[in-house]
Amino acid sequence: MASKSNTVEEEEEEELTLPTDEYEALISTTDVELLKRAWRNEKSAPEILRFESDLINRVTEQIQLMEETVEENSTDDADPLSLSLYQMDLDRTLFLLRSYLRVRIQKIEKYMFHIRKTEELWTRLSKEEKKFTRGKGYLLQFSVAPPKMCFQCKHKIMLVVVLSLFFLCCRCTDDLKKHVEENVLSRLPENYQSVLKQSVISEEDDMVPEPQLDTFVLCRSKEYLTGIQLEDGPVDDRSKLFEMEPGVLYFICYKSIKALVESGKIDLL
Amino acid sequence: MAGQSDSELSLFSAEELEFTAEDELVEIVPNLKMPPLNLISGDFGPFTPQIVTKVPLWLAVALKKRGKCSICPPQWMSLEKLTQVLEAERDSQEMSEQLPFHYVEISRLLFEHARDNIPDVYMVRSLIEDIRDVRFHKVETDLEAFSGRTIAVKIKNLSAMEVNIVRPFIGRALQAFYKHDSPELIPDPERVSDSRPQVVNNAPRRQLRR
Repeated sequence: MASKSNTVEEEEEEELTLPTDEYEALISTTDVELLKRAWRNEKSAPEILRFESDLINRVTEQIQLMEETVEENSTDDADPLSLSLYQMDLDRTLFLLRSYLRVRIQKIEKYMFHIRKTEELWTRLSKEEKKFTRGKGYLLQFSVAPPKMCFQCKHKIMLVVVLSLFFLCCRCTDDLKKHVEENVLSRLPENYQSVLKQSVISEEDDMVPEPQLDTFVLCRSKEYLTGIQLEDGPVDDRSKLFEMEPGVLYFICYKSIKALVESGKIDLL
Repeated sequence: MAGQSDSELSLFSAEELEFTAEDELVEIVPNLKMPPLNLISGDFGPFTPQIVTKVPLWLAVALKKRGKCSICPPQWMSLEKLTQVLEAERDSQEMSEQLPFHYVEISRLLFEHARDNIPDVYMVRSLIEDIRDVRFHKVETDLEAFSGRTIAVKIKNLSAMEVNIVRPFIGRALQAFYKHDSPELIPDPERVSDSRPQVVNNAPRRQLRR
């Protein structure tokens, strides 16, 4: 693809010659660049992806450091121009971080029953997100000791996250279930009282919204990939293997490249 | 239709695309002295009057707004280059690969904030608009070639904005093809016979899951 800036292309070339993942991650890009990638992937993927806890920790630390620096310098007679530039950089990073967390919260809200009962998805959540999904307990914890919690996490972002979780709490599995049961389901005929099932004869939980994994997504590979199995394609195409050239965009069924997205070989956009 | 972008369905808003484009590097000529900036997104500078340096577009625009620099328009934004690109786009059904991924956003930002740094700004602007139109027309005619057998579509050299506009349409079209091809839709006789008479329903059961 001819479109990226030179530096990125150079980095990509280097990546090709250095196969080890850690080294690649080390040299490839800044954390902001990685966060941007995580954000794009999360936005594009139909299901929730693994929480990038290390990356988020690093970015949060950098943001905190930068906030302190800006604050310290704002009292001195430091150059207001460079100070405002630092502030802009900070705001851009904060926007990315918030947007990333927000996309995840939206997905959790939408698919909470499904995430709760699917072990694989459940482990992808961060500690806070798990509390959020469980709901009730967290709400209680908050009502008992909210001030202490808030003072402890002085940090602005944490506060934003925590608060947004707090306000949305009542929506989460236990609470939602209780709410729906008390107000609606208990008044329905006996056979239709489950939150998860349409009626007692349903074999599976057919009232639980699940992410549609056969959504078509737009993606780009960093290296030449061969042997991608389109197993869920039309019957007579199933045996066909698919190849991907680096840097070229493809529309493809998310199911077929799911594993490659998780291993970081393919970026969604 | 493909030409309309639905804000609900397109994943990234125009603002978010612009945000991404603002990280692309451009050259600026500062007119102030300033030590290097060690930002979270990278280290830039030092800034010395009349010495060209590379910074992300957002930084360039911020400095430009305060009158602290002039922005050197990227090479592809020259009259000759764009005329060449337009010809190439008109001559072939293939998309030309000479413009950057974010050419629409970058040119828009520069027209808005750095008009005085772009030579022949009116010509350049109308050339870019022509290129956009020609390219978009090609995208739309390409879309007609889709068929039910499509399981993956390769897109060469489409720009960020173009991709974002056609994404909802292509995505849903492919998904519809995929769905009608899938064996799941063929009714399963076992399931039908399984429905016990205790369910009082005259209408066929609806699958609410999808």
